[in-house]
Amino acid sequence: MVVRALHDEGVKYIYGYPGGALLHVYDALFRQEDVQHILVRHEQAATHMADAYARATGKAGVALVTSGPGATNAVTGIATAYMDSIPMVVITGQVMSHLIGEDAFQETDMMGISRPIVKHNFSVSRPEEIPTIIKKAFHIAQTGRPGPVVVDIPKDMTSPTERYEYEYPKSVKLRSYSPISRGHSGQIKKATDLLLAAKRPVLYTGGGVIMGNASDELIQLARMLNYPVTNTLMGLGGFPGTDRQFIGMLGMHGSYEANMAMHHSDLILAVGARFDDRVTNGLDKFCPTAKIIHIDIDPASISKTIKADIPIVGPAQAVLAEMIELVAASKKQPDAAALKTWWEQIDEWRTRHGGRYRTDDSDKMKPQQVIEMLSKVTNGDAYVCSDVGQHQMFAAQYYKFNKPNRWINSGGLGTMGFGLPAAMGVKMNFPDADVACVTGEGSIQMNIQELSTCKQYDLPVKIINLNNQSLGMVRQWQDMNYESRHSHSYMKSLPDFIKLAEAYGHVGMKVEKYSDLEAAMREAFAMKDRLVFMDIYVDPFEHVYPMQVPRGSMRDMWLTKTERT
Amino acid sequence: MRHIISVLLENEPGALSRVVGLFSQRNYNIESLTVAPTDDATLSRLTVTTVGDDRVIEQITKHLNKLIDVVKVVDLTEGEHIERELMMIKLKASGANRAEIKRTADIFRGQIIDVTPNTYTVQLIGASDKLDAFISALGTTSIMEVVRSGVSGIARGEKTLSL
Repeated sequence: MVVRALHDEGVKYIYGYPGGALLHVYDALFRQEDVQHILVRHEQAATHMADAYARATGKAGVALVTSGPGATNAVTGIATAYMDSIPMVVITGQVMSHLIGEDAFQETDMMGISRPIVKHNFSVSRPEEIPTIIKKAFHIAQTGRPGPVVVDIPKDMTSPTERYEYEYPKSVKLRSYSPISRGHSGQIKKATDLLLAAKRPVLYTGGGVIMGNASDELIQLARMLNYPVTNTLMGLGGFPGTDRQFIGMLGMHGSYEANMAMHHSDLILAVGARFDDRVTNGLDKFCPTAKIIHIDIDPASISKTIKADIPIVGPAQAVLAEMIELVAASKKQPDAAALKTWWEQIDEWRTRHGGRYRTDDSDKMKPQQVIEMLSKVTNGDAYVCSDVGQHQMFAAQYYKFNKPNRWINSGGLGTMGFGLPAAMGVKMNFPDADVACVTGEGSIQMNIQELSTCKQYDLPVKIINLNNQSLGMVRQWQDMNYESRHSHSYMKSLPDFIKLAEAYGHVGMKVEKYSDLEAAMREAFAMKDRLVFMDIYVDPFEHVYPMQVPRGSMRDMWLTKTERT
Repeated sequence: MRHIISVLLENEPGALSRVVGLFSQRNYNIESLTVAPTDDATLSRLTVTTVGDDRVIEQITKHLNKLIDVVKVVDLTEGEHIERELMMIKLKASGANRAEIKRTADIFRGQIIDVTPNTYTVQLIGASDKLDAFISALGTTSIMEVVRSGVSGIARGEKTLSL
């Protein structure tokens, strides 16, 4: 019934790992061909693959893991999806229902463990309710503010000897859950008036624009108004990265011009973003002159950290579409003179410090150069799946994302080990696209076993390993705040990644000189059917800048190791 | 400020732990909590008293509403309401003190619901501060045991919390 329900839900791939509690389900998988199962090497990777599929397509990914250790290994992946509001259905096996609570072999209370990191979870207590529960799980995961849903199924609920009537519901209704489909018209009208009256406006947009499929509306509204746009880490690609109106990412490692523009603005239109601590910096000093319009599908995100002057609860797409209509119909248009002055100011900031790093004369590579090369070689059109650390910030800053759903990273939880399985999940579903995993020698080793899965299922992703022989972000903080005491932030015995890649049946490439980089990268991407592990040696002393000064305002930034605003 | 929040939730296994879990995860405070089924067997009614500024209370009600098992939420303290709590308190009652306890209980309209030669057990119903006042009125009387039900509340007038 589980497999049939997944098939009826339209699921093509599921990612998982078998075990005792799931043997009935795995037997059912064996005896059909509609739903394809991908065998990972560690359950965490299964959840990240499902998660990345969802990030690239907007539809819920599915992971299948057994009870006990299978379920606990999936916890990191579930929490990753939860923090970034990613739709996912995770089916966990459970011991037989009469054994629950008796510390049975491979028993763990997955309902209890997962509760704080899921949108909802279900435990199956009668086999005949499996189809309805699975339908509800997808419904909840994919609507409203999306999120992961766990379905915990005791082994006896899937016993093949018992037969039940099966019917997969076309839709489900829950009396206590009705996601909102549009915003409050009065609020939208008020917001639009305020928007049109602004003299120093900024559009600040996040992951809600990506998952809410509202990129087209955002672009249209921004173009009509000619207002500057900044994206959060989760929102990159929501507005074209090469567009003149794009002023870069904002926040802790945001661009100088984005953080300056936010600080000096008189109006912030926040769309699908949550004023996260990595964006706002010190709350008491946040954007002192700005009025705030906040559009979010989740009422709990509004006025959570920063009070909104005009809150609008609703899906980004519907609300922006309504705003576009109002702006088009309005007699009032943006104040052209004020806007001209505002753009001159922004352009001045942009030329002063915008997106620059220093290179020296040696042939040593800067990590930023590698990302810029990746952007060039892939025409800004690749799916870039990142791990967590300095390389993630460099990728966010220097890869020019022109389309939504192409930038796939663990923003909220910051999960090292996310990148490779994420790239695999994307490649599986978009076999013709260029898929890069931007990682570092620290992160990649957290799920390196998946190179084996890549071999089994022919997943020719390109691994861009920015090797600085240290946990760069940790080291940067140690440099800045702990007088360069590098406590456990370096690795003394790195493996030979080339040999390792080859041992798994892939291609390894070592790049040490910038002059070799472009040719090597082009060669790697030309190998369409091979996974290439590019081990790229970069300057180990580089820091990510700008970096906001802790507890300061948005404009308080370190711009280089010695220069600050 | 103290708030009394009433919640209708699905009468299902695990529903209560979602509510309690939410409070601990988000560092909200629970002063008292009561829960019992309602006239509709599919629903439980839960009353929680909590303390927080407006921002925190707003977040609490929003997050409660987000829980899939929660059907309805109301902050009773936003309007006219009645609150009641039940307390049973076991007291050492011997000698001259025995009559004094009886008198105090009468003043508070408490009832003595269990008696032994050396103890009284008093039942008292009222708003929480009335129960607190009774305890302080007992003065030096030695309290052997206190059990309080936690607050239940209902809106005044025709307003109801129902489906």
